[in-house]
Amino acid sequence: MFAALGDTTRLRLMHRLSTEGPLSITRLSAGSGITRQAITRHLHALEKAGLVRDRKEGREHVFSLDMKRLKVARQYLDDVSAQWDAAAARLKAFVEQDED
Amino acid sequence: MTTATDKPDTTDRIEKHFEVSAKRSRVWRAISSSAEFGTWFRMELDRPFMPGATVFGRLTIPGYEHVTLEIQIEKIEPEGYFSYRWHPYAMDPAIDYTAEPTTLVEFRLEATARGTAITITESGFDRLPASRRAEAFRMNEAGWTGQSKKLASYVS
Repeated sequence: MFAALGDTTRLRLMHRLSTEGPLSITRLSAGSGITRQAITRHLHALEKAGLVRDRKEGREHVFSLDMKRLKVARQYLDDVSAQWDAAAARLKAFVEQDED
Repeated sequence: MTTATDKPDTTDRIEKHFEVSAKRSRVWRAISSSAEFGTWFRMELDRPFMPGATVFGRLTIPGYEHVTLEIQIEKIEPEGYFSYRWHPYAMDPAIDYTAEPTTLVEFRLEATARGTAITITESGFDRLPASRRAEAFRMNEAGWTGQSKKLASYVS
């Protein structure tokens, strides 16, 4: 729960794919305020990272989540864990500077 | 400080165990007083911690003051145990996290010869949606944690 706001577009794409299931680029870009080209670029980056999969349905590209689940879950936990290490260090410094 | 890391096969739970040279009463105040908690955690909390209360927080890290979060206090057992629930990594104002499962954060204190042993656990990660897990990749893309290097090429 600490600070890290990078580009949020990819997270939103992941969030939609995770809650709505497989979606076409058309569906993903509709109402997003982001161009189709930009959406496509983000999807390809996610695909390269092994997080989404691209399938052709007729003329449409349909994307779905392709999480190497355990790996992603471990990485997530490692990151939260690193944040708790930092918080624990701050708690330690806080109580030791001010011992009563 | 030593911290115990999780068993490599678990993805549901984080546990940190460490000792500080401060009395248990001092550590308890740092954890159970929302003002003190906010000081070391780096957020502003809008009310005292009470069992059952929902406390609203705002990060005080420069550049991230717009990030708010909700903490649902569960149990407060003086000088021994404190627990709450929250949505981990709920950083994107455009996403409604309220329907997602929360994780449980627990603090346990024990008096030792040197001072106080503190155990912090956060559990319930396995119930989070896949997109929440994937946020770790975004974090790495932002390049802010020590873990970032090994995945830097992953999402770029």
